[in-house]
Amino acid sequence: QNYIIGAFKPACNISITFGDGKSRKPVPLKKENGQTVMVPLFQSQENIAGKISVEPVSGKKAEHNGIKVELLGQIEMYFDRGNFYDFTSLVRELDVPGEIYERKIYPFEFSTVEMPYETYNGVNVRLRYVLKITISRGYAGSIVEYQDFVVRNYTPPPSINNSIKMEVGIEDCLHIEFEYNKSKYHLKDVIIGKIYFLLVRIKIKNMDLEIRRRESTGSGANTHVETETLAKFELMDGAPVRGESIPIRLFLSPYELTPTYRNINNKFSVKYYLNLVLVDEEDRRYFKQQEITMFRLAETS
Amino acid sequence: MVTTEGMEEEEKWLAEGIAAIQHNAFYMSRALDSDNLREALKYSALLLSELRTSKLSPHKYYDLYMRAFDELRKLEMFFREEDRHGCSVIDLYELVQHAGNILPRLYLLCTVGSVYIKSKEAPAKDILKDLVEMCRGIQHPTRGLFLRSYLAQISRDKLPDLGSEYEGEGDTVMDAVDFVLQNFTEMNKLWVRMQHNGPVRLKEKLEKERSELRDLVGKNLHVLSQIEGVDLEMYKDVVLPRVLEQVVNCKDEIAQYYLMDCIIQVFPDEYHLQTLETLLGACPQLQPAVDVKTVLSRLMERLSNYADSSPEVLPDFLQVEAFAKLSSAIGKVIEAQVDMPVVGAISLFVSLLTFTLRVHPDRLDYVDQVLGACVKKLSSKAKLEDSKATKQVVTLLSAPLEKYTDIVTVLTLSNYPRVMDHLDAGTNKIMATIIIESIMKNDTCVSTADKVEVLFELIKGLIKDLDETATDELDEEDFKEEQNSVARLLHMLYNDEPEEMLKIICTVRKHIMAGGPNRLTFTVPPLAFSALKLVRRLQVQDGDMAGEEVPATPKKIFQLLNEIIEALSSVPASELALRLYLQCAEAANDCELEPIAYEFFTQAFVLYEEEVADSKAQVTAIHLIIGTLQKMTVFGVENRDTLTHKATGYSAKLLKKPDQCRAVYACSHLFWVDDQDGIKDGERVLLCLKRSLRIANAAQQQANVTRGSSGPVTLFVEILNKYLYFFEKGNPQVTPAAIQSLIELIKTEMQSDATTPDTASDAFFSSTLRYIQFQKQKGGLMGEKYSPIKLFSFTCFDCTFSS
Repeated sequence: QNYIIGAFKPACNISITFGDGKSRKPVPLKKENGQTVMVPLFQSQENIAGKISVEPVSGKKAEHNGIKVELLGQIEMYFDRGNFYDFTSLVRELDVPGEIYERKIYPFEFSTVEMPYETYNGVNVRLRYVLKITISRGYAGSIVEYQDFVVRNYTPPPSINNSIKMEVGIEDCLHIEFEYNKSKYHLKDVIIGKIYFLLVRIKIKNMDLEIRRRESTGSGANTHVETETLAKFELMDGAPVRGESIPIRLFLSPYELTPTYRNINNKFSVKYYLNLVLVDEEDRRYFKQQEITMFRLAETS
Repeated sequence: MVTTEGMEEEEKWLAEGIAAIQHNAFYMSRALDSDNLREALKYSALLLSELRTSKLSPHKYYDLYMRAFDELRKLEMFFREEDRHGCSVIDLYELVQHAGNILPRLYLLCTVGSVYIKSKEAPAKDILKDLVEMCRGIQHPTRGLFLRSYLAQISRDKLPDLGSEYEGEGDTVMDAVDFVLQNFTEMNKLWVRMQHNGPVRLKEKLEKERSELRDLVGKNLHVLSQIEGVDLEMYKDVVLPRVLEQVVNCKDEIAQYYLMDCIIQVFPDEYHLQTLETLLGACPQLQPAVDVKTVLSRLMERLSNYADSSPEVLPDFLQVEAFAKLSSAIGKVIEAQVDMPVVGAISLFVSLLTFTLRVHPDRLDYVDQVLGACVKKLSSKAKLEDSKATKQVVTLLSAPLEKYTDIVTVLTLSNYPRVMDHLDAGTNKIMATIIIESIMKNDTCVSTADKVEVLFELIKGLIKDLDETATDELDEEDFKEEQNSVARLLHMLYNDEPEEMLKIICTVRKHIMAGGPNRLTFTVPPLAFSALKLVRRLQVQDGDMAGEEVPATPKKIFQLLNEIIEALSSVPASELALRLYLQCAEAANDCELEPIAYEFFTQAFVLYEEEVADSKAQVTAIHLIIGTLQKMTVFGVENRDTLTHKATGYSAKLLKKPDQCRAVYACSHLFWVDDQDGIKDGERVLLCLKRSLRIANAAQQQANVTRGSSGPVTLFVEILNKYLYFFEKGNPQVTPAAIQSLIELIKTEMQSDATTPDTASDAFFSSTLRYIQFQKQKGGLMGEKYSPIKLFSFTCFDCTFSS
C-alpha cells in the first residue's frame, strides 16, 4: 500500500511547526471532508511564526522555482463554489529558485497579524485561516501544502447590557410579558429570565425557548438566509393561569454557538435569536423572536 | 362500555409506561455500575420522560411515579459519591439543567438538589428556594403535583429546622417554613386548577380524581406541623395567616373544605385555641358550597376533647373567650351563607351547644345564648318542615337534658320553650316525652310553681291539642302511653311548703283543664291525689297552723278538688269521679270537715244515681261507697243516717240477687264500727243480716225455679261468717241460737238434692265450722261465748260426706 501511495506522493514532504506550538491550545476544526482535526488557536494581532521543513523524498533532489509561505484569510461561499475570497493575504518568500537535496528548515514569521474575523463554519459560508506553502516548479506543477489554524477573538464584557423586556400577546387571547436578564450574552453564559402570564384564554400545552442562528450570505438579490434552531429548551409544561410567572434558566455552554458576526467583509452575517414559542392544545404555535448579541469572553483559565 | 374501554386503554398505557421505565432503568443501572455519569443522566432523563404522559388518571399516574421514584433513589445514591462520577455537586447541579425537557430536568434537579443540601456546600435555604421556584415550570396539575410532592419528599429531612443539622448560618426555621408554605401554595393552586381542566360533563370524574390527590397537598400542612421550630408565635404570625390566605383565595369548595379540616386536624389544639379568631375569621369567607358546619363541628369537637383532656387548660378557654368567638363565627357563617339550609344552621348550633356543655357546663347563659341564636334563625319561618332540621332541633334540645340531669336547670333557659315553639306538633310531643323521661330517669323534683309553669309550657304538646287541624288518627296506645307519662310527671311536682305546693297544684290544674276531655281521665287522678297528699300534710301540721291566716287550707283545697273532679263529668268518667269523690270524702273526714265530706258523698251518690248504669259498675261502686262510709267518723247522726239509709237502699236495689245479698250484708258494717266511739247499733246490724238471709233464700229459690237446681250455699256461708264476726264483736243481737240455726240451715241446704255440689263453698263451710270448733276448744272468754253452739253432728257429717 505504501508503495502505491508513495507513487503519488509529491516529491517533497512539507511539514509546519508553530513556534509556540506546545503551549498553544489545540482546538477542533471540522474539515471539508467531515473529519475533525486539532489545530492551533490564534487571535488577532498575534505573531504567527514557526518553521517549515521541506524534505525531498528518499534522497532525490528537488528542483524548484522558489518557495513561499502565504497567510490567507478566506471566505468561501458554498453556493458559489470555488469562489474564494481572500480578505487577508500575506506572503513570505522562503527560498530563491534552486535545488534541494536534503531536508531544509525555513523559519518564518508574520508579526502582529491583523485577523479581524473569526474562523467560522456555517451552512452556506466558511471563513478559514490557512498557511499555504508553495514550492513552485515549472513543468511538474507546484507542490502546495496547507496548514489550517483557528482564529478566535475575545471581547470584553459590554459596558451597557440592558435586559430584554417585552409585552406581547394576541388581543383577548393571550397576553404575556417576558424578560431576559441581558441582551448580550457570552458563549458560556446563562440566560435568566421570567415569563409573566397576564392573560390566558387559550389552553397552552407547553412553552419552549429556542436559540436560533440566522446566517445570511451574499447581498442584494443574491442574499441567502439560513436559519437553524440550535437549542430547543422546554420552559413550561401545561397550561398556566393568569398571574403565573415561569422562570427561565438556560445554560448556553452545551450549545455550539459563535459570537454574533455582523456583515463580515460585506459577505455574510451570523445573528442569534431567542425564540419564545407557546404551543396550544391544538398545536398552534405562538412565538416571539428577539435578537441577542453573542460575544466571546476571554477564557479565564 | 365506553368507560371500560377507556380503562382498558389506560391499563395499556400504564403497562407501556412501566415497560419503558424498566427498560431505561436497566441501562441506567448499567451506567451507574460503570460509573458513567453521562449515560446515567441520559437514561434517567429518558426514564423520567415517561412521566410526561397525559393519558393516565392520577391513580395510575401514581403507580408510574412510584416506579420512577424508586429509580431516582438509586441515582441519588450515585450522585452522592463524587469520586465515582468525578463531578462536583455544583457542576452536577448545572449539568442536569442542560436537559431539554422540563419534567425530567426538574426531577433530576430536585434529586441533585437534595444531594447538594446534604453536601452543605451552599446554604440549604438557597437551594430549596431555587428548587421550589424552578418547579413553577410545570403547570400541568397532575404532573406538577407529583413533581412538587417529590420535592417535598426529598426535602423533608433536609429542612433547616430547629436542631436540624441544616440550621444555622443564616438558615433559619423561617426559611423552612417559607419553603413549605410556598410549595403548599403552588400545589394547592395546581390542585384547584384540575377542576377547570376538563369538560363540565366530566365534573364528577374530575372531582374523584382530585380527591385522590388531595393528600399530596395536605401533606405539606402535615410537614409544617412537624417542623420543630413552628411555635405558637410563628404559627400565629406566619403559618396560619398564609395558609388561610391560600385557602380563602383559592375559591374552591373541595380545597377549602379539605384544607380547613386539615388545618384543624394537624395542628395542636393549643394553637387552635390561641388563634381561634383568625381561624374562625376565615369561615365566613369560604365558598357557599363548603360544608362549614362540619368543619366547625370538628373544630369544636377537638377543642372539647382538649378541654376534657386536662382541667388546666380551661382558663385558656376563658381567656381567649372561645365561646364568644365561636358563637359569633357561627353567626357570621350563617349570615354569609344565605342559601345554607336550616338543617345546616341548626347542626352548627348543636355543635356549639355540645361544645359549651362540655367545656363550660357551668355557664347556663351560654347555653341560653345558643338557643336564642337558634330561635332567631328559626324565626323566619313559623314551623319547621324539614324533617332533618327537626331531628337536629330535637338533638339540640336533648343535649342540655342529657348534660344537666336536673331538669330544673333547663327550665331556667328562657329560650328553650321558644325553640320548641318552632317544632311541629308531632316533634313537639316527642320532645315533651324526652323531657318527661329525663325527669323520670333522674328522679327530679320540680318544686316551684314558676318552674312548673315553664315545664308545662315545654310539654304543652302532650297537655293539649296544639294543632286543631291535625286530624291524623292518633294511635290509642300511643296516646295512653303519652298521657300516662304525663300522669307520672305530675307526681314529680312537689314542694314541702304547702303554700307553694298549692300554687303548683293550681298551675297544673290550669294546664290540664285546657287539655280536653280525652286527657282528663289520665291527668285528673294524679292531680287529685297530689292535692289530697297536701291535705294530709296540712292535717298533720294542723296544730302548728292553727290561728294563722294560711292561704293553703284544706277547705280551699277541697273546693279545688271538687272543681277538678267535676271536670270529669265532661268526659264522662263517672266511675273514676265517684272514686275520687270518695277519696276526697275520706280525706275530708280525716280533716273533720263534715259539710265537705257530706258534699262529696252527695256528689258520689248523685253520680251513682245518674251516671252509673252498668250493673257490675254499680256493684263495685256500692261496695266502695259502703266501705268509705263505714270509715266516716265525722258525720253527725242525722247525716250519717241519711247516707247509710241511702246506701242500704241502693244495696237492696241491685239487679242480681247475690249482689243484693252481699251488698246488704256489707251494709251491716255501717251500723257497727269497731272503734271505741264508733256506733254500735246491734239491732240494725241484725236487721241487715236477716235481710240478706232473706235475699239469699230468694236467690236460692230463684235459681231453683229457673235452672232446676239451687245455687251453691256460698251466700249462706258468707252470711254465717258475718254473724260470727258480729257475734265475736259482742253484738248482743246476734245470739248463738241464731248462729246455730243458720248452721243447720246450711247443712240442710247442702244435703238437699236440689243443691249443686260445689267444692269451693263446701270447703269454705267446713273451714268456717272448724273455726267455730277451734274457738270453742280455745277456752277462755271466747270459748265460753262459743260453747252454746253445738256442732255434734259434725264429725258424722264429715264422714258421710267424705265417704
